[in-house]
Amino acid sequence: MAELRYREALRDALLQEMRRDERVVLLGEDIGVFGGAFKVTEGLLEEFGEARVRDTPISENTIVGVGVGAAMTGLRPVVELMTINFSLLAFDQIVNHAAHIHYMFGGQVNVPLVVRMPQGAGHQLGPTHSHCLEALFLHVPGLLVAVPATPADAKGLLMSAIRDENPVIFIEHESLYGVRGEVPEGEHLVHFGRARVARAGEDVTIVGISRMALTAERAAETLATEHGVQAEVIDPRTLRPLDLQTILSSVARTNRCVVVEEGWPHGGVGANLATLITEQAFDDLDAPVIRVTGADVPMPYSKPLEDIAYPHEGQVVAAALSALGAQPAGAASGGR
Amino acid sequence: MDALPDADSRREWLETMTLIRRFEERAGEMYARAKIGGFLHLSIGEEATIVGSARALRDSDYLISTYRSHGHALVRGTPPEQVMAELFGRVDGCSHGRGGSMHMFDLEHRFMGGYGIVGGNLPIAAGIALASDMHGLDEVTLCTFGDGASNQGTFGETLNLAALWRLPVLFMVTNNQFGMGTALRRHSAVTDLQRKGESLGVPGVRCDGMDVIETYSVVSDALARVREERRPLLVEAVTYRFRGHSMADPEQYRTREEVERWRERDPLGVFARQLIREGVIDEQEHERLDRDALARVDAAVEFADASPFPAPDSLYDDVYVLDDDARGTYASDPAEKRRGGPPTGEDVAAAAKPGSDGEAPPAANDEIPQQLTDALAAAEDGHEKAGSSF
Repeated sequence: MAELRYREALRDALLQEMRRDERVVLLGEDIGVFGGAFKVTEGLLEEFGEARVRDTPISENTIVGVGVGAAMTGLRPVVELMTINFSLLAFDQIVNHAAHIHYMFGGQVNVPLVVRMPQGAGHQLGPTHSHCLEALFLHVPGLLVAVPATPADAKGLLMSAIRDENPVIFIEHESLYGVRGEVPEGEHLVHFGRARVARAGEDVTIVGISRMALTAERAAETLATEHGVQAEVIDPRTLRPLDLQTILSSVARTNRCVVVEEGWPHGGVGANLATLITEQAFDDLDAPVIRVTGADVPMPYSKPLEDIAYPHEGQVVAAALSALGAQPAGAASGGR
Repeated sequence: MDALPDADSRREWLETMTLIRRFEERAGEMYARAKIGGFLHLSIGEEATIVGSARALRDSDYLISTYRSHGHALVRGTPPEQVMAELFGRVDGCSHGRGGSMHMFDLEHRFMGGYGIVGGNLPIAAGIALASDMHGLDEVTLCTFGDGASNQGTFGETLNLAALWRLPVLFMVTNNQFGMGTALRRHSAVTDLQRKGESLGVPGVRCDGMDVIETYSVVSDALARVREERRPLLVEAVTYRFRGHSMADPEQYRTREEVERWRERDPLGVFARQLIREGVIDEQEHERLDRDALARVDAAVEFADASPFPAPDSLYDDVYVLDDDARGTYASDPAEKRRGGPPTGEDVAAAAKPGSDGEAPPAANDEIPQQLTDALAAAEDGHEKAGSSF
């Protein structure tokens, strides 16, 4: 084990996969000479050269499309988009092509492409640089969606993503790049579709998505020390495939569930999870599944507004207590 | 350029152009008989562009195309049976019934697909060329698209990137004069399309896309330069589609006289007469060649009709590539839920009811024989529920 920052863990995954497999090639804006907007690719140009670490023009749709074509013909491209909001420029290539080519052409060709991008609020970047859009990608059959919350998972999921034969949307979080954690050295593969149970508990299940897994862990700590409530915290790690079984098993024991996500509530990850839990484990529930989400607004710039527009520990604590009947429901959403 | 291709080659080009023409005419009929669903974009009139350019490729080169791609599959060697079966939505189709007219694909013949999004194939072409380059192979990718696609963002983005990275792509804009129903002069500020890549570092050249020999010659030269100089080039092939944009196109944007003027230059007739004049074939051989094409198309229809539809339980196949290690829920809507079966006749009738989207069916294409127009209108009424003409 080594203690690494989240960005260093990602870099370690790229480094090891590029050393292991010469088909792995990196494409992205400012990933080479500049070292990456968030320094994930720092130093890789020096080791692997311009052929495999490719600075691209600012042309998101084309960069992703180039990755699709290269993946169809034998490379293992890893495309970096500077933020998730810019991926909207590439939605045509991501949805119409990356996600559909294997199916649309009758399984003749695979698209082993990884598209990495960070999301998330907290840096006062306003409505075009701060959103959490995992639900958009979760919606699309053909895509896999990874949302690592810890440095270890960042490395393990990225190494798995690069080896996967399917297109993977790999969603990092801007606020996590500097966070440190224990990371296994050498080959470290975290399999998709296997949740991380971050904390065991018997009273309420809290599912946290992306950075919100960490917020949920802090909330669980408060619930234990201040309220005597033992929360089980589950980080699904990948949204497609989803380790629904681990969530349902937990809910079968706790009979209560809170889903915490930073994205918008309508059609969000929590909305989807609540439906799946209700459909498949209705009899296990003693209370409705409660969502804690980002506010249903474009992300504002001003600090006091931004602060209340995405979820914090206090809201998760309140939601868990509400699920236990300890407080009235309805105070769960970030903002209002 | 290379010397004029030998007589056998030129005869084969005429055979392939004839096959494409007869195939698509028959596809139009099958559409009218509702054997084919969705949209059907025919390239009738563009056969010289298709065959002249594709025959300039090596077998190891890649071809990538658009939603008007039956001819591209055929010219690369996809059996007509598989192309027709794809149109029929059958398991033996080249995309196993998953793609239809707009999404033909044949990896074995390095036909890297038809793509339904205008301009969507350009970045993919650059990616294929990047892989060729990084593998150290001298393969070239020929990327065809229409005049309408030259206005998409991907045109500028991809030409710039391909020039910057010196990727071996030959971009070929098939200028058939219309982006759907909008004439070139009404959709592009620069109508001299060969020049449209200049500011992006991609020089262009034009060929007469109604002339298969000239198209072959110009594309051959361009491919040789792309291969040797490791840089993209742009070829504009000037051509014309004789049929509507799709089968549901009333063609109100052009006159019958204009179509007739272009028809005088029908690439098939012009090339056949040329070969007869040059003594490459005689009249009898020309007739035999045409009969052979028709027989191949007949066989393709017979094959397609006999091929089964994909089984309902194959619905979820090939969404993902799954290994034995796969865990977790990939589809939250498991196949069992689809067991209610296909929609009933009443469901379909209700969905097709006019009112919400009840435009009249488009006027029949005047090239469809009269006896087929009623069937065509009926088929389009069923196919084009939204009154759309894509």
